[in-house]
Order: sequence, then C-alpha cells, then structure tokens
Amino acid sequence: MATLGIWIAAFLTICIYSFLYRDNPFYRFAEHLLVGMSVGYIIVLTIYFGFIPYAWTPIKNAVTGETSALGFLTLIPICMGLLFFARLSDRHAWLIRYPIAILMGISSGIMIPNALQTDIFAQIRGTLGPYSVIGTLSAFEIVGAILMVVGVVCTLTYFFFSVEHRGPIAGISKVGIAFLMIGFGSAFGNTVMGRVALLIQRVDFLINGWLGTIF
Amino acid sequence: MIKTTQWIVVTLVLCLSISVAFSQGLAPPSNVTVVDTPNDDGSSITIMWDAAAEDSGISDYQILRQIADGDLEEVGELLPAGTTTYVDSSIEKGSLYTYIVRAVSATGATVDSEQTAPVKGTGEWFHTGKAALFIVMLLFSAAIVWNIYDARSGKEIFVRRIPGLEAVDEAIGRATEMGRSILYVLGLGSIGRIATIASMTILGQVARRTADYETPLRVPCIDPIVLNVVREVVKTSYVDEGHPDAYNEEDIFYLTGSQFAYAAGVDGMMVREKPAAIFLQGSFAAESLILAETGNSIGAIQIAGTDSEHQLPFFIAACDYTLIGEELYAATAYLSKDPMFLGSLKGQDWGKVLILGMIVFGVVLESFGISWITALLQQVN
Repeated sequence: MATLGIWIAAFLTICIYSFLYRDNPFYRFAEHLLVGMSVGYIIVLTIYFGFIPYAWTPIKNAVTGETSALGFLTLIPICMGLLFFARLSDRHAWLIRYPIAILMGISSGIMIPNALQTDIFAQIRGTLGPYSVIGTLSAFEIVGAILMVVGVVCTLTYFFFSVEHRGPIAGISKVGIAFLMIGFGSAFGNTVMGRVALLIQRVDFLINGWLGTIF
Repeated sequence: MIKTTQWIVVTLVLCLSISVAFSQGLAPPSNVTVVDTPNDDGSSITIMWDAAAEDSGISDYQILRQIADGDLEEVGELLPAGTTTYVDSSIEKGSLYTYIVRAVSATGATVDSEQTAPVKGTGEWFHTGKAALFIVMLLFSAAIVWNIYDARSGKEIFVRRIPGLEAVDEAIGRATEMGRSILYVLGLGSIGRIATIASMTILGQVARRTADYETPLRVPCIDPIVLNVVREVVKTSYVDEGHPDAYNEEDIFYLTGSQFAYAAGVDGMMVREKPAAIFLQGSFAAESLILAETGNSIGAIQIAGTDSEHQLPFFIAACDYTLIGEELYAATAYLSKDPMFLGSLKGQDWGKVLILGMIVFGVVLESFGISWITALLQQVN
C-alpha cells in the first residue's frame, strides 16, 4: 500500500513539473485533482471546525433548552452569517452589506492598532536601540547604526505621497529606493535558496523514494 | 540476616530523621497574594509570592487551587525555585477560587502557604497598558480627519506620480484592444488583512474602467467572505458607471482555499485564457513567484502590489510594475481622486513626519543617554 502511495505521489509530482515544458493534459489532470481535493478537504474542515461548534451546536442547544440566557447571544452572529445567503435573492441582496460592514469594521479595528504596534513603534524602537548603548559599540557597529537611521529616514521619505519629489527630497528618496533594492536583493537570494532546498527535497524523493523502489 | 535487617532499619530511620529535620526547616511561601489578572478578558488569575532565600531548601513550587465547594487540586506543572508569579489561565470566568502555594524541597518534603482569600476573574473593558497606543491612534485619526475635511472644503491635494498606477489605464486599454480578459488576483489574504482591503478598493477603480470598456474582468478568490465582498464591490462599480448589464457574477468565483492549489488553478487560467493584463494586488506568500512568472511567460502586462515584503522582490523581478508596500494603500486615492481618500493620504503623510521626527529626536536624545522616547515606545508595545 505504501508503495502505491509513493507511485501516486511521484506521478503527480511529475505531472505538476511537466508545466515547466508547457500546459498539457497531465498538468491539467493534476491541477484539477489538487483544486478539487483541496476544496473538498476545506469543506469538511469548515463543517467540523466551523459549522458544527459555532452554528449547529448553539442552535441545537437553544432549541433543546440546554443553553443559558447568555448562550442565546451566540445566535446573533449566526443570524448575521445567515444574511450572506440574502445574495440568493435579488430583492434582498442588499442585506449582505450588513455582515460585510461588520466584518470589515472588526477586522480594521483589530488590524490597524496591531500594525501600528508592530510595523511602526517596534521598528522605531529597533532603530533607536543601538543608540542607547552607543558607548559600548565597536566602530563597525556604530557605522551600522548610522546606516540604519539613514536608510529608515530616506526610505520613509520615498513614501511621502503628498509632496512632490523634487530637489533634495528627490535625492533623499532615491537613496531610500537604493536601500529598498539592497534589502529586496538579499531577501530574493535568501528565499531562492529556501526554494532550491524544497526542489532538492522533491528531487530526492523522486530519486531515492520513488526510483529506489524500482532499482 | 538479622544484622542486614538491622542495617536497613537504621538507614531508613536515619533518612527519615534527615527528611523530617529538613522539612522542619522549610519555610512556607510568604506574602501570597492573588489578584484578578489586569487587562484581560477575565480568563485568568495571577498568584504572587515573595522570593525564598537561596538557602531555604526549596527546589520547586506547586500551585493548588480550590473552587467554591470543590476539592483542592494541583494546577499546572512544578515551578522552579526562583518563580514568584504564576498566571492560572485555566479558570472558569466568574467562579471564585482560593489558592495555596506549596513549597517542595529536593527530598520531596512540602510545606503549604496559608489559603488565600477567594478571587474571581473579571474582564476589563479598557486595557490600561494600551493607553499610550490609544492616544497615538487618536492623534493619527485626528490628522486624517482634519485633512479629509480640508480636502472636502475644496483645497487641492497634490499626489506624486506613482508609475505603477499610471499603467493601470494602459493595461486595461491593452486588454480591450486585444479583446482579451483582465485577471485580478487578490492573493491569499482574508478580509482581516489591510492589503486585501486596499486591493479591493483598487479593484473597485479597475472595475469602473472595465465597465466602461466592457472588458471581461475575472477574479478568482481564495476566501468565501472575500468573494462576497468582491462581488459587491465590482457590482457597485458597474452600477455606478451605468453598465449593470455588463456585470457578470460568474466571472468572480471561489477557486479553492488552499495556497498551492490556488496557485495551480490560477496558473492554469493564465495559460488557457491568456489574459492581456494581470493585477496581482493584495497579500501574497510563497506562490507569488509562481503566479508572476506564469503571467510573464504568457506576455501579459502585469501590475503587482503587496505589503508582504518578502514577496516584493519576486514581483519586482517578474512584473512590469510593482506597488511597493504603502503605494498599495495610496492607490485608491491616486486612482479615484476622491477628497476623502486624498485627505486620508495626506493625514498619513503627517503621521510619517511625526515618525521621522521621533527617530531623529530619539537618536539625538539616546546618544546623550536620555531614553524617554524608547521608554515611551516600550510602554506602547
């Protein structure tokens, strides 16, 4: 049985890799199989970990009287969720805007303060960090700390949208772009190395895991 | 035989004597206080006690708790000797609990603190630790609201040129001329991602133009909630432009919720439908290069934009234009020229000036050993 699994995995891996040549029936088969199976898997997950605990059980408890008065509150979000089905009726389709508005409002309320904390305040603190111990730093580390501040200031200047980038601002933002590109270059190299490691893992499976069962 | 038995008995008695003597020297944990954990939702209680002296003989602590009318039960694992605080996160909200801190010696001898007064977990409406963040949020919001009012009063707000956005019309025009569709990919983000929300507002502007040109706009979605919002956004754009009949709901569809299955499906669409323009706007992960590379291989004009900094290099390498980070958020204001969005954009620029000021001022202060900006930021975090 395990050997059959290895053969199926190897066949599907080769089907997907065949896309490197061009679109073909083998790739199409693997693609449709992957999409179909992932949808089926997600539906099952949603039923077991979403619908049953958060919708079915509260409704059942409300009907059988097992829930407390407070438990009835869970029926409110369930009703809001049901409004998504209003789309099925042209006359009542506008009702879908209520759950959408609530969802977007809640999401923004959660995400914006988090983004402020992690993307802005934590970054400023990190930029200032070396200067609080500047006396203990080596010459190389001091240059690094100065470069970091110059990079942050120049890059931030590039992201000013309501000011025309002319004169000194244009020069500063160009330096900012240079810092961005250096950062992107190193991220590119780092990620490519990670992807090559994944490729090696897959090729290793094909050579040792699959061909190893034959030879 | 008798001699051996005598030795065993003597040894046992000796061990017992040492153990008793040692346990008699074990002092119970002192000043045990129990409080409802501040700034939480009422799901935990914090137990604190004084640190024991180094020669106290205590090797571990065990927390015991008792719910009203219940039995005394152990909570969690043994805590190492230096511990002075424990947060019990396994309580029932609203129930009263009393606690005992048990000191345990290396030999297993134990001594208990006095049982504490009953405490229950209660949720707080306001997180006092986030007061500074709240004030900063208010300042940012005030700057944005001020600028929105300014823009609405008729004051013209300048927005600098963003090449990636100037190419939007070119991309849509090209697709129209070639009689091919436009593919708009929102990435993996759920409705909770800022990039997804920004992407949907750009999509609204793109849909206005495709409505005018009657160019097919295909949007495969990874999230069912995003799908519904996207349908609503695109439909509104078509209705606003006076072309409700050109709107085709079937062109905006759920593909799958799995990352690489989604990438495989979108790649398949690209090579079979050969869209003339591809927009990759939103939140992306490892599939970014797979999508951008396939789009590049079919010769489509590609405009990408994301705040996922690790994916930006791939978009820069494989796409014609890339919106970097905040350019994605500025896109709506740039494309729509709506006073509300323009005012918001200028308000954000004020926020950046504040950040720049904090960095420059902070560097100067920190260099002179004054660290109150760092302390303030620490408090915000």
